[in-house]
Amino acid sequence: MFSIALHIPDGFLSGAVAALAAIPAIAAVAFGLKVADRDLDEARVPLLGVLAAFIFAAQMLNFPIAGGTSGHFLGATLAAVLLGPWLACLVMAVVITTQAFVFADGGISALGANVLNMGVLGAVLAGFLVAAGSRALPKTRAAYLGTVGVVAWLAVMVGAAATSFELALSDTVPLGTVLGAMLGTHALIGIGESIITVAAVSAVLAARPDLIAIGGHFDQAPGPATARTAQEA
Amino acid sequence: MSRRLSIGVFTVLALAVAVGMAVAISPFASGSPDGLEKVAEKKAFLDDGKLHSVQNDSPVPDYAFPGVDNEKVATGMAGFVGTLGVFAVGYGIAFVLGRRRRARGDDRGPTAATA
Repeated sequence: MFSIALHIPDGFLSGAVAALAAIPAIAAVAFGLKVADRDLDEARVPLLGVLAAFIFAAQMLNFPIAGGTSGHFLGATLAAVLLGPWLACLVMAVVITTQAFVFADGGISALGANVLNMGVLGAVLAGFLVAAGSRALPKTRAAYLGTVGVVAWLAVMVGAAATSFELALSDTVPLGTVLGAMLGTHALIGIGESIITVAAVSAVLAARPDLIAIGGHFDQAPGPATARTAQEA
Repeated sequence: MSRRLSIGVFTVLALAVAVGMAVAISPFASGSPDGLEKVAEKKAFLDDGKLHSVQNDSPVPDYAFPGVDNEKVATGMAGFVGTLGVFAVGYGIAFVLGRRRRARGDDRGPTAATA
């Protein structure tokens, strides 16, 4: 019935919490549409569809983690790296909305909270964090992929924390009971997220480095051979 | 630049990977409860969860294509339909907005749509 991590079903959140969570979610999606209207270049039109498809498909692939629990790829950081934070939020909203209405996965009343947790706190935050990391760290492929990996893990943890707070504010479960359990489980799921995100970003760096929207510009001369190949390709 | 994949080829390849994952791998994905579901089970609030009334008529409830007895085939078909459907929605939104932008003659060349 609820087959996907971080997808809150209806009944877990109070009406007030669901409504409050929907406000930033709607605002972020509206801003995403505005950014698309203003900035979306030709090359990113298919990319938006492909990313939505990839994230949907990858979210079906639950992998086992410890203790009879499974996790799956979230995709917020991958989307943010390829599209920028706001278009990524839009892609996450497309995926989450389709899952709720077509596949009965994730609630309808909880849609705002799910978009907030995975789109806003997932993708928007991840986009800004990768951008900040790329500015602060050395412009090397290794530092960039390291940043992407850490941010991918963090995005999952922030989403899990936000879910816990929403559940606690809804009086569904005390914060002290749920937060540790959610963070503990998602610390492991986040490692999977990290690995898949870094692999996917590496593949895009090799095939079409120009499609990376956030960071990904490396100093040419002394970098590793693979980075130079990716740049020249 | 000459060795760079065209956006068309890149799109088809990436879409093929996505469809392949959804069709061929998802039927064999872990059936264990996921993070939130497991926590809800352990902390005894799983039963609070319910389907919204509009979800009672979901076209493909719980990622099982209706009317297909073989569970793995049903999941694979759900993955196929869902992946292409989500692609169409995402592409559609981007295409419509891109057309509005072109209609305005607002072509400032490739921009990375950043913050």
